[in-house]
Amino acid sequence: MIEEGTSFLTVNDLVVEYTSEGSVIHAVNGVSFSLERGKTFGLVGETGAGKTSIAKAILRILPDPPAKIRRGQILLEGEDILKLDEKAMRKIRGRKVSMIFQDPMTALNPIMKVGKQIAEVIKLHNKATNKQAEAEAAQMLELVGIPADRFNEFPHQFSGGMKQRVIIAMALACNPELLLADEPTTALDVTIQAQVLEMINKLKRELDTSMIMISHNLGVVAEICDDLAVIYAGEVVERGSKEAIFDRASHPYTQGLFAAVPTLDEEKERLAPISGLPPDPSNLPIGCHFHPRCPLADEQCKIEKIELREIESGHYCRCIKVAAMEN
Amino acid sequence: MLNSTEIAATPRTSKKQSQLTVVLRRLSKNPSAMIGLVVVVVLVLMAIFAPLIAPFPYDKQNLLSTRKAPSSEHIMGTDELGRDIFSRIVYGSRYSLSIGFLAVLFSNFIGMTLGALAGYFGGLVDDIIMRLIDIIQSIPGILLAIAISVVLGPGFINTLLALGFGAITMACRLMRASVLGIRHQEFLEAAVSNNASTFRIITKHVIPNSFAPVLVGATMSIGNVIMSAAMLSFIGLGIQPPTPEWGAMISGGRALIRSCPWMVTFPGIFIMLTVLAFNMLGDGLRDALDPKLKK
Repeated sequence: MIEEGTSFLTVNDLVVEYTSEGSVIHAVNGVSFSLERGKTFGLVGETGAGKTSIAKAILRILPDPPAKIRRGQILLEGEDILKLDEKAMRKIRGRKVSMIFQDPMTALNPIMKVGKQIAEVIKLHNKATNKQAEAEAAQMLELVGIPADRFNEFPHQFSGGMKQRVIIAMALACNPELLLADEPTTALDVTIQAQVLEMINKLKRELDTSMIMISHNLGVVAEICDDLAVIYAGEVVERGSKEAIFDRASHPYTQGLFAAVPTLDEEKERLAPISGLPPDPSNLPIGCHFHPRCPLADEQCKIEKIELREIESGHYCRCIKVAAMEN
Repeated sequence: MLNSTEIAATPRTSKKQSQLTVVLRRLSKNPSAMIGLVVVVVLVLMAIFAPLIAPFPYDKQNLLSTRKAPSSEHIMGTDELGRDIFSRIVYGSRYSLSIGFLAVLFSNFIGMTLGALAGYFGGLVDDIIMRLIDIIQSIPGILLAIAISVVLGPGFINTLLALGFGAITMACRLMRASVLGIRHQEFLEAAVSNNASTFRIITKHVIPNSFAPVLVGATMSIGNVIMSAAMLSFIGLGIQPPTPEWGAMISGGRALIRSCPWMVTFPGIFIMLTVLAFNMLGDGLRDALDPKLKK
């Protein structure tokens, strides 16, 4: 597992389960990673791999029931936030750690003026008067590129990309130290995606914020992250620096992901998909969770749980075949 | 970095249009709702300016002109004590309307609070609240109102409580259903992640977003409550004579219905008009608040 160093955020052996009508859904199964101050960490994986559950566990906003954090530590500046009480947690939410939500269409209160929604966050954390908070909110709007004179408009008067900017302004309003971006560009079309990403990147640099970027889009991750982890069935299957993973993808799943991305410089008739579907999280395969879909799998992969191994300095991979190849 | 086309694309005309003005504009295009609104406004004005409108004090007896049919002096006739029925109806609107408004306010305040809590928290809280509501609802409304007003005794406040209590159930159910509809929207989760307290989330985000159906229900139930109030006075509970409550007036005149039909007809017409107006207004409000419902 991860050594307890001076990392800004360390997630250690996190296990999240959902209980649904008697069956247990293993959403996150022992995920560990760490993040340095000012850096961006990417979580990549398919829908349902457990990426959002990890982010919500960090903010402790998983709906309980049905979700339960079974095990693990989340150390924020050395303090385990899973052990904090609700009161201490509320000092962290929105102020130290804040989240950009996935769907700009539903993440804003439809009957509240957008400026007021940003001012609300500011007021909740600072002892600001209404006037100060509103002035600050107007500045935040300008910062994300929305003219301040649209302060008094309602969310339905904004386009999707602008709504996402408002959500980003809300998340950044109290200058958080850690930003959890949960697929911030998924609901946007490609040209707006680029703008929003560029803006997130710029603001992050200006405000010196650390960030966890959740995405299923490798292009987004390439643009923005320093390190990343590939999540499959609630487990980290490969973790390392962006360069290590993009240049030397080792896990068969990661390789499959890259093979499924179209490239500009190569002529291809068809993309190579990963066969099969993600496993049922209430009934995960024994051994390597990826073995039913893995081209390299043999009997050995079906027997025991595979551990994450270091295949080169700082580059971890959860595959016995890869380790064998290296040796 | 901002693309100016995006801003330009948003029509400037829609700029200052809040939800309220949109709803009011839609409402103004609905003739039956406007008729309802006008009648309600006229009734409210009548209640407020009763002393200016009524030609006689409501309790002024004139034993020389009892049971007079409508005439130019008494446009709706007089009752068995020679009191001017029109004046009594004008003053009576004060009681009917205020009971209607206040009972609905009371029931909706409690019902909305319970419904929002049940819908927001779910689980055990939901079970307890909704089973209590089931218990209240299992007693027929009229029976419940009669039972409560017998226990509390007659009088304005007691009648109000008796009628309001039964109406809690509808407000609660409407609110709960409406909250369940928005319960899992991301903006509530966003509010939690921004550190809003539960109280703040419920009062600032949950209730305002689930308010529309409750508002419609409340408008409609004003009519029902007014009718029930008249019913209670008619059977001798509720507001007592000589207070000129419409139901009490009908009750007072029922023995003479053959010889002096105007004594029961005019209060009856006013009850009907009021209930009809509130229902028309409520219907129109529903269409205006949720145009998707209208085919």
